[in-house]
Amino acid sequence: MNITEKILARASNKERVEPDDVIFANVDSAMVHDVSGPGVIKVFEKLQKQGISVEKLWDPSKVWVAEDHFVPSAEKVSAENIVKLSNFTKNYGIAKHFKYGLGQYGICHTLSHEEAMVLPGQVYVAGDSHTNTTGALGAFACGLGHTDMAYVLLHGKIWFKVPETLYFRLNGKLPDHVMAKDFILKIIGDIGTDGAAYKAMQFGGSGIDEMSVDERLTLTNMTTEAGAKNGIIEPDKKIAKYLAERGKTNYTPLRGDSDAQFEKTFEYEASEMEPIVAKPYSPENISVVRDMPTTELDKAYIGSCTGAKLNDLKAVAKILKGRTVKIRTEILPAAISIYKKALEDGLIKIFLDAGVVVGPPTCGACCGAHMGVLAKDEVCVSTTNRNFPGRMGHVESKTYLASPLVAAASAVTGKLTDPRDLK
Amino acid sequence: MKGNVIKYEQDNIDTDVILPGTYLKIHDYAELATHAMEGLDPNFHSKVKEGDFIVAGRNFGCGSSREHAPIALAHSGIKAVLALSFARIFYRNAVDGAFLLPIEIDEDTLKDVSEGDELEINIDNNEIKNLTKNKKYPMKPFSELIGKIIAAGGLFKFNP
Repeated sequence: MNITEKILARASNKERVEPDDVIFANVDSAMVHDVSGPGVIKVFEKLQKQGISVEKLWDPSKVWVAEDHFVPSAEKVSAENIVKLSNFTKNYGIAKHFKYGLGQYGICHTLSHEEAMVLPGQVYVAGDSHTNTTGALGAFACGLGHTDMAYVLLHGKIWFKVPETLYFRLNGKLPDHVMAKDFILKIIGDIGTDGAAYKAMQFGGSGIDEMSVDERLTLTNMTTEAGAKNGIIEPDKKIAKYLAERGKTNYTPLRGDSDAQFEKTFEYEASEMEPIVAKPYSPENISVVRDMPTTELDKAYIGSCTGAKLNDLKAVAKILKGRTVKIRTEILPAAISIYKKALEDGLIKIFLDAGVVVGPPTCGACCGAHMGVLAKDEVCVSTTNRNFPGRMGHVESKTYLASPLVAAASAVTGKLTDPRDLK
Repeated sequence: MKGNVIKYEQDNIDTDVILPGTYLKIHDYAELATHAMEGLDPNFHSKVKEGDFIVAGRNFGCGSSREHAPIALAHSGIKAVLALSFARIFYRNAVDGAFLLPIEIDEDTLKDVSEGDELEINIDNNEIKNLTKNKKYPMKPFSELIGKIIAAGGLFKFNP
């Protein structure tokens, strides 16, 4: 069995599972946020009316909550959702609630790894499509809707069809001007936004071994954009060190067997990778940056669970150091712990000297919610994950998805720019 | 189950156009319905009728996990979406929440069906009748589990 199959077999108390088997998996960690949480509360209200008990959660110690999409509240509906969510946590005795502006806070997927809320070998489900992110730690991490999350919170298990796995091998270390974002955009361009639909995407090879944990998280995060059920990387010493730094050493990691099966294996040579953008209006609509005609931009957005981790901010700072931006540029670190490290490392000063605005952690404009949404015809280069029509604001705005290096280089020139071409 | 077709022939109709992100803070189902398909077809809300079906291309409902998407469609009156394929979270949200039926059709059916056609869907014999054109189309049978959840009326009424 491969790692995804092994985790799902263990979670369903089976010796062995095969692709297409339908199982009920026991859940180790479950999360809802300020969009899916109120959605689950609504489902609970419906269930109550049908006479189904919603008195107790299956295990409040395994449930956690984050406030990230509509924070800080821009209007009263969002503010009321936060109050509703806080009451939910209190009423059900939920173990951990990352409150916005109280200690550690930020985007849920970022907190999942920054705070080691999920461990290798576990089944983690959450009410958000980018839950796949956390698979970089060696967990089965999968996004669900409100009804399914309500079922998980009450029963501690959920059905899955065991996925086929696509294996992506990266041979060699990515060049300095290429990031994990370029690699995953290249993959999505090759297989399409439904190229991994219902499947697992596993990454491996020497190029992945060389990658930092933050960079690996970018890969698994974007597997959602290929339609994948989960993205996963076998945990290694880097993951063990990352988790130990966060006080977690007691877990049972799983790795695939030597005869693990994959539906298909894709080979990529790191030395052949180049900076890439996904043009409007799909993450599969890719182009090598240097092959793009001159593309004038109105704005650069560096944020989200995909593109505002510490490593992403370091890449941006490398470009912005001693330079100034030519277009409006917004940088929103993905969690306040990352903001703090960026401050201590001098990155925030580099950003401010470059003339950008540094904002608080929030999903914000990535999902078109608030704090930097785009106007009609505005053109934005963004380190986020999706560029469907209207994703970041007006349905006729245009988002180019790019790596933090490309977004920063483009912010300096005001047009889409390969970081190597910056003077 | 009988209804009329609202057709969007394109692939990858994503959740950002089915229910734009700015409305994710809303959890009132009737209010969500007023914004259904707003990113793709601003006239949807005025033309949709109770019992209608959406017919679309590949990978319908891709993108976010927002259950708002099938909720907004269902509370607009949509009883089924007939598409070449579905994104996984939209599919399970539609079935587990018992909001609407996600029905997989083939390319020929997609081409043949026209806006406004009256269809009759029979999931017991996996058949779609086009009453306007007097034709029959196949539908992909539901898997065993999905069939049982649909028959039960959603995941909470299903006894594994």
